[in-house]
Amino acid sequence: MITQMTHVTINVIDQKSALDFYTNKLGFKVITDVPMPNNDRWITVCPPGQPGFEIILSPISRGLFSKETVKALQELVEKGTFGVGLFTCKDIFATYEELKAKGVEFTKTPKKEFYGTEAIFKDDSGNWFSLAQLK
Amino acid sequence: MTTEQYPKVYLYRRIVQAKLFIDSNYAKPIDVDNISDEAYFSKFHFIRLFKKIYGKTPHQYLTSVRIEKAMLLLTDGIPVSDVCYAVGFESLSSFSGLFKRIVGITPSTYLLQQQTIKAQIVQSPLTFIPGCFAEKHGWKKK
Repeated sequence: MITQMTHVTINVIDQKSALDFYTNKLGFKVITDVPMPNNDRWITVCPPGQPGFEIILSPISRGLFSKETVKALQELVEKGTFGVGLFTCKDIFATYEELKAKGVEFTKTPKKEFYGTEAIFKDDSGNWFSLAQLK
Repeated sequence: MTTEQYPKVYLYRRIVQAKLFIDSNYAKPIDVDNISDEAYFSKFHFIRLFKKIYGKTPHQYLTSVRIEKAMLLLTDGIPVSDVCYAVGFESLSSFSGLFKRIVGITPSTYLLQQQTIKAQIVQSPLTFIPGCFAEKHGWKKK
C-alpha cells in the first residue's frame, strides 16, 4: 500500500535560475543541494510548511533524455504546456499580491471556485501551477 | 473577478508591502513602529491586520525571518557572533536564546551539525539522493 509521495520532479530550463525563483520568489526552502559528476547538481526544495515533500529541480539538459527529446521538452515547457501541481496558501489575496510584487507571472487572477479561491502562475521555465485557498 | 474586485485590495497591498519591508530590512534595527509607518497604518490596527493574514505579529514575523536567515548563514559556515549581528540582533545572548527556543538547538550546535552534513556531502554525495535517480542520471556508474 502506497502511503505518501516524498519526491516529485519539475523539469526546468535553467536550474540556477529555477533555484532563485523557487527560493527567492516563492519562498521555498532548499532541502538538498549536492554537486554531482559532470557539473550536475541535485537540488531539491520544499514549500515552507511541507518539509517532507521534496521538489526536484531537474534541468532538461541532463543525460536523462536524447538530444531530440531535450529540444522537444524544452519547447513544450517554455510554451506552458505542463500544469505541474497545486499549491495551497492560507490567504490567497496576500500571497497573490506578494508574488506579483516579486515579479511572478500570473495567467489567472484569484477567482472564486466551488472548492475555494484559485489563481494560476508560471515558474521561470514556463511550468504552471494552481495557487489555491481551499474552503 | 479581477484583482481590483477582491475585498479591500488596498489593505492587502499595504500589509504585503510591510511584509516585504521586513524581508528586505530584517538586518537593520527596525521595529513595529518603522514597519507600521511603511504600511501607513496606526500601530495597533496594523498589528491586528498583519496577524490576521500571516498568523504572526510583525515582531514575531521579524524574529522568524532573522532566525531563518541566521540558519542559512550558519549553514554557510559563518561564525555565530558574526551571524548574530548580520541578521539584526544586538545581543549574542538574546540571539542564542531565541535561536534555541525556535530551532531547538543552540546556534553553535547548529553550525557544527551543518558543517558535518557538508563534509558528508563532499565525501559521499550519493547517500543524499534516492538511488533510482542516481542510476537514471548515470551518476552511480562514475
